[in-house]
Amino acid sequence: MSRRGRAGVTDPSRRSLLRGAGLLGAAVAGGSVAAPVAAQDPTDNAIPVREALENLTALEAETLEAATMRILPSDENGPGALEARAVHYMDRCLGSHLRDSNSAYATGLNALHEQALQRHGRAFAALTGTQQDALLAAMEAGELDGFAPDSATFFELIRDHTIEGTFSDPYYGGNRDFIGWDLLGYPGIRLGASPQEVARGRDLPPNHRSAFDNAVFTKSDNRGR
Amino acid sequence: MERKLPATDVVVIGMGAAGGVAVLPLVEAGLRVTALEAGGWLTGRDFAPDKVRNNIRDWPQSVQKANGEVPTVRADESQTAIQGGGHPMMNAVGGTTMHYWAQSWRLSPWDFRVATETAQRYGASRIPADSTVEDWPLDYDELEPWYDTVERAIGVAGKAGNLDGRIDPAGNIFEGPRGREFPMPPLRPSPFTEMMSDAARSLGWHPFQAPASINSQPNDGRPGCLYHGFCNRGGCHVEAKNSTAVTTIPRALRTGRLDLVTHARVTRILSDTSGRVTGVRYIKGGETLFQPAAVVLLGSYTYENVRLLLLSRSSAFPEGLANNNGQVGRHYFSHHQGAPVSALFPHDLHNWYGLPAQGVAIDDWADDNFDHSDRNFIGGANLWVHTDRRPINAADMNTFGMAPRWGSQWKAFVMENADRSNTSYAQKTTLPYAHNYLDLDPTTTDALGDPVIRITGHYGNNEKRIAAFAQDRMEQWYRAAGAIRVVRSGLGHTMYASTHAFGGTRMGDDPRSNVVDRWGFTHEAPNLGILGASLMGTSGARNPTLTVQALAWRTAAHLVANWHPIAGPGV
Repeated sequence: MSRRGRAGVTDPSRRSLLRGAGLLGAAVAGGSVAAPVAAQDPTDNAIPVREALENLTALEAETLEAATMRILPSDENGPGALEARAVHYMDRCLGSHLRDSNSAYATGLNALHEQALQRHGRAFAALTGTQQDALLAAMEAGELDGFAPDSATFFELIRDHTIEGTFSDPYYGGNRDFIGWDLLGYPGIRLGASPQEVARGRDLPPNHRSAFDNAVFTKSDNRGR
Repeated sequence: MERKLPATDVVVIGMGAAGGVAVLPLVEAGLRVTALEAGGWLTGRDFAPDKVRNNIRDWPQSVQKANGEVPTVRADESQTAIQGGGHPMMNAVGGTTMHYWAQSWRLSPWDFRVATETAQRYGASRIPADSTVEDWPLDYDELEPWYDTVERAIGVAGKAGNLDGRIDPAGNIFEGPRGREFPMPPLRPSPFTEMMSDAARSLGWHPFQAPASINSQPNDGRPGCLYHGFCNRGGCHVEAKNSTAVTTIPRALRTGRLDLVTHARVTRILSDTSGRVTGVRYIKGGETLFQPAAVVLLGSYTYENVRLLLLSRSSAFPEGLANNNGQVGRHYFSHHQGAPVSALFPHDLHNWYGLPAQGVAIDDWADDNFDHSDRNFIGGANLWVHTDRRPINAADMNTFGMAPRWGSQWKAFVMENADRSNTSYAQKTTLPYAHNYLDLDPTTTDALGDPVIRITGHYGNNEKRIAAFAQDRMEQWYRAAGAIRVVRSGLGHTMYASTHAFGGTRMGDDPRSNVVDRWGFTHEAPNLGILGASLMGTSGARNPTLTVQALAWRTAAHLVANWHPIAGPGV
């Protein structure tokens, strides 16, 4: 299957797309980016590389981020859920439209952490990619204990939300730098599309606009309509 | 305490698809109308091209009255009904026409006479034994002028396939005869719809661009569709979607005779000992009010129409308003719209911009348009493919067994195929059955303590056989267009809460099996009319809204023409 992915990259239209987004040569080794929070110097005053957490605990966010990086990895085909900040979307939206999932997240992420400790003696985020994949596959198959209602349901939940976080409008905190939309070849939010624009498909240059970059959805037009 | 308001001629409950058109002929005839709407005003600025907002956050539906009274559902009486996640409809001026797909079909002439036509052509034994289907008390020809009226009043784009018997293959050759051409040409085709039309013609089928209440060109001071997408549960930022909020309701307000009350939560319809309704009780801003009226038109939605009747008990109607024959809630069915087929193509489809109403329809396998002698079902399916692709849906695409669902292989698959899949929409003839019905849930209530509606329903063999047949035809169509992979979903069983919810106050001449008469007024309470798909005894294989609107206009016109007999001597 990675052969299919590379074949996609040699497609001229895709190559130009990736170059346009500055992604060629930006391969990131999955798993090595997320430095466990505990390993960082707590007195470090440098600008933080992560957003402040609003709903998840630090350990939950770290575990979740590691899982999203295996679901939608950063690899030879470019950045993934990590760079798109899918976890930032999930953390923020657990305070709004995902709030009904708060207890499933708390239960599930702590269960995943405990499974990693029991099997490997290390936090989930500190495992190798192969070890993480094996745990996620067992989770997807419903084989892990400690989840509510079960591990398969929780896997589907975080898969859905990883997709939402990577491919939603950037307004909600994910899809940073339009990484998700560029990955799909989606040319972006437009308030109209001509037949000529439609006909260009993914060759239409991406406009990198949020829906809310359009004043019509954020400002009054002073006409009371 | 309840504050009594000055009397009005007509109270209309609900200002959506149905009530929003019914008010116009009433006020134009000089009647004073009070319209009670549970929602408020929305504008194009509220409908951003954003799936999280429209479809995931479900704004603004999620914060509304309807969402506090979501029906419970069970397949049959052996189960305990469970409340669904959200209400399919929304409260607003314009109701669900604010964000619907806006497909605006007329029913086929066959749909009005399913029982008789089936018996004549194939024998009465071909009607499923447990179905309660009856012919409508009116036929297509009687409703045709009202279809025409509504198509002009709200603005429908399409191409006639049958102009008074003259068949034009550019339109739907199977449709009933029309008196006039559509007021606007159809929405424009797309590379994908052209490809699918060509494939259908190669099979000898008759593709056409189906009707939509969306401006295909500037109309009524509003622009034509801009094809930007996000029309699925999204309203239109340029008001090209012909919701009643931008068409008939503003026209009615300009007469000065429509008093539109928003954020009004209707709780009961009151009736006197003689069996006539006297007005409506509602709550607004914490205050309980009583609005007396000579006539009440109930046009909320199928679930709330039935619920309000069952909740409105009185000495004349101890089992619920207009329910002394026990027919309120009966003959209910959710439209069978599921069991889709998905296809993967070896090239991009260019579907990033477009809308659900921009599609191609096939009616060769709908209604009684083909011989059913050797089939094990009656009726059929309208096959529909359309543009409209949103990034989250594209990323969550079916992998057609060609890739895992996560990881690098999945990512590579999605990067290559995000614009290469399509999923069909097939609406099927759905019948009423004796064992499917609506009633009040015994335990689940809304915030006021009133029970919510309980749906007891499952599809019969007739619906499941149509679904399987439609999947065969859909796969044939996709393959003819060059699809390299095709997958099918399950055939469905439980009738969940639906945007296409029929019956519960069925229309018919016999009061023992129907709640309203041929004009939409209840058999038991003569000054109570009902608007909506709750009147419909058959679904057809297409979206119900235009039929609902034609019936609503016709009921209002009947009221105007028969004001004194219906409104009574006191007026």
